[in-house]
Amino acid sequence: MATRLFGSGIRRREDPRLITGSATYTDDLALPGMVHAAMLRSPHAHATVGAINISRAQAAPGVLAVYTGKDTREGLQPMPCAWLVPDADLKVATYPCIATDTVRYVGDIVAVVVAEDCYQAYDALDLIDVEYDALPSVTNPAEAARAGAPQLHADVDKNQAFHWAVSGGDVDAAFKDAEVVVKERIVQQRLIPNAMEPRAAVAQYNQASGDLTLWNTTQNPHILRFLNSVVTGVPEDRARVIAPEVGGGFGSKIPVYPGEFITVFCAKQLGRPVKWNETRSENYQATTHGRDHVQEVELAAKKDGTITGLRCTVWAGMGAYLSTAAPGIPTILHGLMLPACYGIPAVKEDVYGVYTNTTPVEAYRGAGRPEATFMVERMVDRLAGEIGMDPADVRKKNLIAAFDDGHDTVTGLTYDSGDYPTALEKLLSHADYTALRTEQATARTSGRHIGLGLSTYVEMCGLGPSQVAGAIGFQGGLWESAIVRVHPTGKVHVFIGTSPHGQGEETTFAQIVADEIGVGADDVKVIHGDTDTTPMGWGTYGSRTTAVGGAALAKAARKVRDKAKVIAAHLLEAAVEDMEFVDGKYSVKGSPDKAKSLADVALMANVAWNMPADVEAGLEASTFYDPPNFTFPFGAHLAVVEVDPATGQVDLKRYVAIDDCGPQINPVIVEGQVHGGVVQGIGQALWEHAIYDDSGQLVTGSLLDYALPRAARLPEIEVLSTVTPSPHHPLGVKGIGEAGTIASTVAVYNAVMDALSPLGVEAIDMPFTPERVWRAIQQATKGH
Amino acid sequence: MYPADFAYYRASSVQDAGRLLSEHPGAKLLAGGHSLIPLLKLRLAVPPALIDVGRIADLSGISVASDRLRIGALTPHAEVAASSEVATHAAALADAAGQIGDPAVRNRGTVGGNIAHADPASDLPAVLCALDASIGIVGAGGDRTVSAGEFFLGMMTTALGEDEIVTHVEIHSGQEHGSAYAKFPHPASRFAVIGVAAVVTADGDTCRSAAVALGGLLPAPVRASHVEQAIGGQPLNEASITEAAARAGDDLGDEILGDVFASADYRQAMAPVYVARALTAAAARAR
Amino acid sequence: MKVPIDITINGRSYQRDVEPRQLLVHFIRDLGGLTGTKVGCDTSQCGSCTVLLDGVAVKSCTCLAVQADGASMTTIEGLADQGTLHPLQEAFWEKHGLQCGFCTPGMILASHELLRHNPDPSDADIRHGLEGNLCRCTGYQNIVRAVRHAADALAEK
Repeated sequence: MATRLFGSGIRRREDPRLITGSATYTDDLALPGMVHAAMLRSPHAHATVGAINISRAQAAPGVLAVYTGKDTREGLQPMPCAWLVPDADLKVATYPCIATDTVRYVGDIVAVVVAEDCYQAYDALDLIDVEYDALPSVTNPAEAARAGAPQLHADVDKNQAFHWAVSGGDVDAAFKDAEVVVKERIVQQRLIPNAMEPRAAVAQYNQASGDLTLWNTTQNPHILRFLNSVVTGVPEDRARVIAPEVGGGFGSKIPVYPGEFITVFCAKQLGRPVKWNETRSENYQATTHGRDHVQEVELAAKKDGTITGLRCTVWAGMGAYLSTAAPGIPTILHGLMLPACYGIPAVKEDVYGVYTNTTPVEAYRGAGRPEATFMVERMVDRLAGEIGMDPADVRKKNLIAAFDDGHDTVTGLTYDSGDYPTALEKLLSHADYTALRTEQATARTSGRHIGLGLSTYVEMCGLGPSQVAGAIGFQGGLWESAIVRVHPTGKVHVFIGTSPHGQGEETTFAQIVADEIGVGADDVKVIHGDTDTTPMGWGTYGSRTTAVGGAALAKAARKVRDKAKVIAAHLLEAAVEDMEFVDGKYSVKGSPDKAKSLADVALMANVAWNMPADVEAGLEASTFYDPPNFTFPFGAHLAVVEVDPATGQVDLKRYVAIDDCGPQINPVIVEGQVHGGVVQGIGQALWEHAIYDDSGQLVTGSLLDYALPRAARLPEIEVLSTVTPSPHHPLGVKGIGEAGTIASTVAVYNAVMDALSPLGVEAIDMPFTPERVWRAIQQATKGH
Repeated sequence: MYPADFAYYRASSVQDAGRLLSEHPGAKLLAGGHSLIPLLKLRLAVPPALIDVGRIADLSGISVASDRLRIGALTPHAEVAASSEVATHAAALADAAGQIGDPAVRNRGTVGGNIAHADPASDLPAVLCALDASIGIVGAGGDRTVSAGEFFLGMMTTALGEDEIVTHVEIHSGQEHGSAYAKFPHPASRFAVIGVAAVVTADGDTCRSAAVALGGLLPAPVRASHVEQAIGGQPLNEASITEAAARAGDDLGDEILGDVFASADYRQAMAPVYVARALTAAAARAR
Repeated sequence: MKVPIDITINGRSYQRDVEPRQLLVHFIRDLGGLTGTKVGCDTSQCGSCTVLLDGVAVKSCTCLAVQADGASMTTIEGLADQGTLHPLQEAFWEKHGLQCGFCTPGMILASHELLRHNPDPSDADIRHGLEGNLCRCTGYQNIVRAVRHAADALAEK
């Protein structure tokens, strides 16, 4: 019996090049004649731009060119926004690649220098003189929406980029009849994604042929190729975009950026390859941020804990301009999920997207869903506190019962499958929740502040049906394609349109194909990230690579298997109906010794000496897979913390995650995704915060000030799972990239608030810095 | 990031370094570079020249002679942290050196470079003050020794003259006392939000004398004289340590530093907590 | 004015005239072919640029090339022994201690430093020993497992 690779935790096939330093990331490229670009960025949050004197910079050693916005006005069209959420009064403000008249955030580009080397380029930046006339600025979205706030764009009233609303069920009745209402104002602080690889681009342009090659740190090279044609004017068919090794993205490498297009512009002008790579501090200003919501939430319930309604208003900071996919994130990916895993029967949300004098906000791991899960899960704990019920019991009372083929929500989604109560039960029993509560009570008697925090969640991923994409204003499709090509030796090339950047699909996709057609994983090479060689695809984000791209691949592989069966039948002189695919071989039913391997079939298909009638030569198939629905992973998480009341320091003592992403292709990789996702969410709860001061300066402007999670502050994450297949996916799989982050922030938040509940502390803005926690304790104990 | 251009000179001896310093006004000394190079990269420092003293052999190493522990200016933090001599004679210094930055930083960063830079959030200044260390200096005007308390004058300001070089640090051997360092690290930079060094000499369970210095929250480290007086002669138990530590506020003055992570008020409130922690740990080692 | 230097990297001597301001990490990466050493930040925080300088782990972004004149260095490319992966490389592979791989060269060399001082570390020792290296993908857990695994493998040798 051939071992089934699906479900096996085999070692990753990406790793040999990565552990030896032989992988090639964008910044590792060196082309003959390559020169370097550096961007001059606005030091002001908001200012009019006067004269720019570039003459000293132009004369500096090694400098080839200096361009300002005047020079690029013809060659670079404004940056596009590609998620035009409908029925939201969306106002897309003009977003020039290089600012000409006005800068609107610290980091807005005002000029570019190209020099022989990076040091010279940076030297020349210091020699450019720009006259700025500072204007009043605003960075907080709720404040920017108020009357009298500084206005960013002349044609956008009240800085309002959009107003989107969703409702379902009778919310007014729910609140009118509510026996209990809990309210909270929640701040989802601004975060910086911090993919370890900063962004970089290398552009090579042949002035004679008009061909462009652009290497870039992107999560979606095909989208970049298209949008590049819009901005730089290089036609799609003349542009080749390559995402080489990409060092993480977490959403920040979804959007297209001025930096890449300016690099292309410079390469076109100079006829030499141009490299641009951002520094980390530049990344903090120039690469998109995440979250930045101010949320006012109310939950209606009965005294027995039954949740009856949710009502909220959200001010979502968009930054100075709308980034590529930004409008869809606090709306579609957020508001539609508010019924949560409880099927809340009445929901109403108003979301105001607000321009602020800050770095543009985009998708960041979870993208809208962590912010939704946080609201609901926080309010569930508030309800539990209000009615004196254990938070686990409130959840048990409200969770949707297990279903395997659809649950409709009042926001119009149909969850595919789920068994939320089992996930929670498994969590509580594994963690021994009852014992933890006893331990907590004992600790309290000796003055120790231990807290337990739960989070039960469902998320939508595997974006998504293209028809839905069209209906929600996404300016593209959301299908995926794959090509499976079998060579004469039986070795397989797989070409995919998605673009993994650390998730391990070179391994998991090989596992899928190996099982489907009867080869080993090592016989399958997965090729991605090059628009000239791979089929069109919409990219790697929203936990969709396996959920959509994997489905496309499974279907393509099955086409190959069907054709292989036909050829094998011919070679074995059997009827196709009598053939079966068993143990990785194509055999005649009941006669396992009469069998052909894929290599046997592939050789014949490729030489085509003896093919069945009407069967084409070759062994290759492609598919375009458009999913019929999203997928809906779910789970239940528990955090245990202890708070030091003397200092306010929070110690995360234990973390248990149960996630259900359907059948797991490679459980080791799934576990790794959960580890990383959970820790990113923990980072939001405990450490991470992009802070702007009153003048719009990013105070946490480098890794010296912005605290990322470090190994020593984290416990071992306990990872468990349940398996509920998606009924509509060819492999039943759902997606796991974002689940951990979606669940963990609020689990930790709830745990800290649980620890402090005897003191009467009700809310603390994230992150839980020691000072914030200490102050809350001081205020609460003073009040007593 | 990319430093601006500078000239580079490599000093073969302390005297050579002194000569180069006087020949190149505005030049900076380069030892391990772990305070200077970050500033060069951000172009916050744009010196015309660097004088590399990193290869001057007799500036590195740890030795004990009679009752003095001597640490050469070029000794990297990792060596201090791992040294049994330092652990024996000045445990607080080993504690602090082992908490600077991270292992790779400790491999390159040097004691002399650290104290000459005098970052208020650095770990060593407070420890050297509590240990009453003396700092050896060589300059055109000859050799001199300055006590740590007189060396650290303010934010990144020391008693070091333009053409002077730190050569070593000397500490009176402390086998009869116990010392410790308690640190509240910043979660991102790992610099000290507060760092407290305590040195305790005990008669059994009673404190004969104590030296306590606070760093991190002030422009320059200070000795906590009110705390020192309060704990002197008292039993080394939780109650008396807490009571003495509560006097820390009286030692802080009005230049307490604050930032978005930890305000001045908060740091002030945390001072007694960390003083108590340092005293408790030092007392345990003194017994 | 450029300064002549001679640095041995992975057993091969490189003699170059460099600007004194050139950072060691840029020197290495510009040699051609040695780009495994990464630049992940500009404040000496992330550890992606960690190399072994005379056997000791240092952050090559916080070191000038001129300071390494005469030194012998090992970068990630030089860790394997004639094609045989170092036990740390094997362990990172075996325990899924990497995802995007960008922090990995630095993380492996920082782990090398850790095991040099402490061949039998506890999980807590490992977590503290890697405090100068940031990873955004793994949550560190499988890195801890990998280092522990490598320690066991090296102990058996």
